[in-house]
Amino acid sequence: MNGPILTVEGLSVTFPSLQGKVPAVRGVSFTVGREKVGIVGESGSGKSMTGRAILKLTPPRAQVEARHLRFRGIDLVAASEREMRGIRGRRIGMILQDPKFALNPVQTVGRQIAEAFRIHRRASGTEAKQRTLAMLEAVRIRNPHRVYDLYPHEVSGGMGQRIMIAMMLIPEPDLLIADEPTSALDVTVRISVLRILDELVSERGLGLIFISHDLNLVATFCDRVLIMYAGRIVESLPAAELHAARHPYTRGLLESLPRIDERRARLPVLARDPAWLIA
Amino acid sequence: MSRAFVSVRDLRVSFGRGARLIHAVDGVSFDVAEGEVFGLVGESGCGKSTILRALSGLNPDWSGEATIAGRPVARTRDPAMARTVQMVFQDPYGSLHPKHTVETALMEPVRIHGLGDGPRRIERVLTEVGLSPAFRYRYPHQLSGGQRQRVAIARALILEPRVLLLDEPTSALDVSVQAEILNLLSDIRRTENLTYILVSHDFGVIAHMCDRVAVMNHGVILEELTVEALMQGRMRHAYTRELYEASAGYTRRLERSGEEADVAA
Repeated sequence: MNGPILTVEGLSVTFPSLQGKVPAVRGVSFTVGREKVGIVGESGSGKSMTGRAILKLTPPRAQVEARHLRFRGIDLVAASEREMRGIRGRRIGMILQDPKFALNPVQTVGRQIAEAFRIHRRASGTEAKQRTLAMLEAVRIRNPHRVYDLYPHEVSGGMGQRIMIAMMLIPEPDLLIADEPTSALDVTVRISVLRILDELVSERGLGLIFISHDLNLVATFCDRVLIMYAGRIVESLPAAELHAARHPYTRGLLESLPRIDERRARLPVLARDPAWLIA
Repeated sequence: MSRAFVSVRDLRVSFGRGARLIHAVDGVSFDVAEGEVFGLVGESGCGKSTILRALSGLNPDWSGEATIAGRPVARTRDPAMARTVQMVFQDPYGSLHPKHTVETALMEPVRIHGLGDGPRRIERVLTEVGLSPAFRYRYPHQLSGGQRQRVAIARALILEPRVLLLDEPTSALDVSVQAEILNLLSDIRRTENLTYILVSHDFGVIAHMCDRVAVMNHGVILEELTVEALMQGRMRHAYTRELYEASAGYTRRLERSGEEADVAA
């Protein structure tokens, strides 16, 4: 199937408060095809809330509005909670930052992954176990039989994140939303986890939304980048051209990064322009 | 180095016992000159923060020798050493008492060390870290992450130390705020002639701040290099190169990169 997997148009998320409505996401529009789309921004820019709104996983008091939120011909705005349950995990997967909190601490990792498979696919216990072991191997876990019986506290952060990836990919979704999937990992582990994600996403023809605060990482890992500031997408460009970004906010962020190959007496500090909020 | 201001010889820290004994720091030696910024870089669990905790007196259970400003670092609480060495922690959300105002937090070291003249000192350090004196009445939850880290730096400065131990001081902050805090640290170092030992996992931050850096893995220093060598990618150790290349972002190749590179160290 060609055409975008996901179309988002005019997505807004607002939180009511005593001081009036606080907007977290303000009229965001983008599409995702079989590609890796990065969403970058600082804390509070609305990048995570955008990812959650797609799965309708915003907090109950959040008000979500969108002109269009279409996933593979399904209107997510109109979808009932029952329909959403059939979509979450099964068709759109989500990987969170820290596997320590995202995995069930009192169940072995193998059983959790097998459960993810059996909830979404009719399968016998034996088949689920076979598929789980194959999936563990696909995320390059060397001894899948041993890891199958481990509890989450017995695995390292990098392995935990590979287990999360295995669990999210086993129901064979069309779209994966990864919210800071490697921020809790050491740099060398980060690269190996990203490589697994990269291979599986391109092999299986998935769409990937990669939410991150790390500009360098997104520029080198993704195909396209959306830069968010105060709930809006201020700039959208091919990842390879991120360093030629034109928006003053993107430029300011890039400038303020300390560089390994150039020493500057002072780091330029981002001057925030109120006009970015409106324009 | 002409004369070492901070000197560490064969520092060892271990946790646990018997079969579970872990050598977190396994015989580390280095020297830092006065006014220098010395970096410790490595991945989690390599022992870099443990070294700072030993030097600052937070962990008295270590062996080896360490001198700071010509005085040996004692295993017991030593108020004079606390005035010489202060520490700034990674997480500004966790390192300030949530129920203490900025003033209470800053007053505590003044009171403990019997320095007197508290209000004037507080005003001076707050100005120095770029906060208006009115901030003294605020609670941590009324501050942004960057402002909290400024308060944490003010608290370290109020005793007029000679050495600051910085444990990942900006890794919990957004990049634009990180730039402000790194600039602040550079300014303070110049005006107060401070010596820094900076722990970080970020080669960008290390290259920006440090004069020399020690690369750590599994509790030992693999190599020590000048920042010029780091910036030009002239490292001897394969592990350092792996970290260096990983810090540049994602590459499709780099299959356990360093293994085939020559290991000279």
